[in-house]
Amino acid sequence: MIKRRSFVRASLAAGVISLAASGSLLSFAAQAAQPIKIGFSMALTGGLAGAGKAALIAMEIWRDDINKKGGLLGRPVEFVYYDDATNPATVPGIYSKLLDVDKVDLVVSSYGTNEIAPAMPIVMRKKLVFPSLFGLAVNDQFHYDRYFQIMPAGPEPKLDWSHGFFALAKEQKPAPKTVAIAAADTEYTLNAAAGARKNAEQAGFKVVYDKSYPPNTTDFTPIVRAIQASNADLVYIASYPPESVGIVKAAHEVGLKAKMFGGGMVGLQFAAIQQNLGPLLENIVNYHFWVPAPTLKFPGIDAFLKKYEEAAKGKGVDPLGQYLPPYAYAYMQVLGDSIEATKGLDQAKLAEYMHKTTFDTVVGKVKFGKNGEWAQSRVLMVQYRNLKPNDLEQFREPGAQVVLYPPQWKSGNIVYPYKQ
Amino acid sequence: MLSLDLFANAVAAGILLGGFYAAVAIGLAVSFGQLDIVNIAHPAFIVAGSYIAWALNRHLGLDPVLIGLLASPLFFLAGALVYRVYYAAFERTGQESLSGLAFFFGLMFVIEVVLILAYGVDYRLVTADYIGRSIRFADIELPLRLLVPFAVALALTGGIWLYLGRTFTGRAILAVAQDRLALQLMGADPVRVKQLAFGLAIATAAVAGALLVVIGPVEPSLGRAYIGRAFAIVVLGGMGSIGGMFIAALMLGVVESLVATFVGPSWSPAVSFGVLLLTLAIRPSGLYGRK
Repeated sequence: MIKRRSFVRASLAAGVISLAASGSLLSFAAQAAQPIKIGFSMALTGGLAGAGKAALIAMEIWRDDINKKGGLLGRPVEFVYYDDATNPATVPGIYSKLLDVDKVDLVVSSYGTNEIAPAMPIVMRKKLVFPSLFGLAVNDQFHYDRYFQIMPAGPEPKLDWSHGFFALAKEQKPAPKTVAIAAADTEYTLNAAAGARKNAEQAGFKVVYDKSYPPNTTDFTPIVRAIQASNADLVYIASYPPESVGIVKAAHEVGLKAKMFGGGMVGLQFAAIQQNLGPLLENIVNYHFWVPAPTLKFPGIDAFLKKYEEAAKGKGVDPLGQYLPPYAYAYMQVLGDSIEATKGLDQAKLAEYMHKTTFDTVVGKVKFGKNGEWAQSRVLMVQYRNLKPNDLEQFREPGAQVVLYPPQWKSGNIVYPYKQ
Repeated sequence: MLSLDLFANAVAAGILLGGFYAAVAIGLAVSFGQLDIVNIAHPAFIVAGSYIAWALNRHLGLDPVLIGLLASPLFFLAGALVYRVYYAAFERTGQESLSGLAFFFGLMFVIEVVLILAYGVDYRLVTADYIGRSIRFADIELPLRLLVPFAVALALTGGIWLYLGRTFTGRAILAVAQDRLALQLMGADPVRVKQLAFGLAIATAAVAGALLVVIGPVEPSLGRAYIGRAFAIVVLGGMGSIGGMFIAALMLGVVESLVATFVGPSWSPAVSFGVLLLTLAIRPSGLYGRK
């Protein structure tokens, strides 16, 4: 029989232990409730804001999806981000602040080559993994082993970017012989043009026009006329959205006679531009990363796009979100899956896991190569076909954008030569 | 690869482009050239004009140029109001040089942010029957997307030139630019005259904005791309000269087009601004500027 004094002592001891335990539980709970902070800069104003805001919407969908499932490692995910105003000069300051003042746990990149490159030295100094969103050949300069690029440009991004365009051209009859290359004077477009030049030479095409133009050029008819005067069979353009629109319109006004026209024009994938240009896009062969073709129905992509379309309503961004948003969601999926798999935020372990794993994402299976680019290129060459004027709905359906290349994703045959 | 056909087309394209540049610069020719107000926000007003043209074109199907003309009285009132604020805050106290510049910088950002909040950041484009079509004279192809802005810019420049030279209030604007005190001694209120002139300058932005969105897609920060070029045209034409501004705009357009066709488009800005520097070295007051 327990004596009263012993019972009181035992009760007190039990109380102290349970208090201590509850204290540690409280502190554990506090730790568990502490969010994982992911920091980034994003182009929310300025020239690339259309894409930047759409990317942010996709990333927020991922964050909400994860938090609904209980977060990562039992901790909610929180974003800390700043507008880089599409100005590369602001990027280093933003990442310094994210790391030194906001004390974020992880960082991911802004959208686009010009905004990713300035963040690299800071991220590298801190030895952080750096999932990146649509930078072309950024790591060619840095050789950073914790850089992971979600755009499916392939292991040799500069070359892989335009490989499909020239591979298709080489198969055509009558065979094209000459090529014109025009690119804007910016990092991405010059990289794309450099790759196109090399691919053209390797395929045996003679480069008869090879010029760059300043960004914010207003009128492209002189450039298109000069290309026309060169009698190029193939016309490869690397341009940003306003320029792409100007070039397509100028090509129609001048009556461009080429056998293939397109290549690396950014903007022709954006719903507002597609809707406005409509039939002017007919038969242009241009790169893309996802279109609603039966060959590209990856698990989760339809559900994601449905959520995106809902979230994008009334925000003045791309209403369909087929180009960038799925990849913005996917690069967060890669990071989230890696954190769960390595059960922590150790940057070395995360990097090692990202290098060795094939990820299942809304853009299909993603496997990174040694340089952080996709191990295998999946730059699609898409041809616009049978387009009606001012009709957005046609771009939701298969058929308006036919995948010509690579062969394993092909959804139709090329119309050749190019006809307006 | 110099062919007569290519040369003629390059000159024609340059003239059309220059016409559009004139529409962009004419408001500055009034506010900066006549009134010495460094309105760095003028291109932002132009982009605001583009958004109004886009919104009404999309919802009512009206022609963008017509919308620009209809919106110009609204822009006139906005311009008059902005000048009142600028005058009360800076000009009256003699702080217009640096603080005034900061004011217009700030105004530019405010306009951009308002456009972002109202319309988002996606690219906006308009539809009109003449966009994407061309007319042909002999071997010269004239895209209507550029010919219409040229014709409108020509009419706008002619109208403002006639207004300033032939009307009482127009002459008062010229007078305030030359000698504000003398105008005051004549019994006129220079502040009201400047307010009228500044309103007129901003009214042209509604039309220029409509022309801008006819030529290509717009987004809220697009105006920044035109700041340097528009000021350069006003300086090249000669401060205070509307005709000089128009000739300078055509000159830059033709030089850009010829260089883009025969040398390489990336040289266009360098050659254009080289022409500007050379002209100013020979004629420091610009082509038709006041001595």
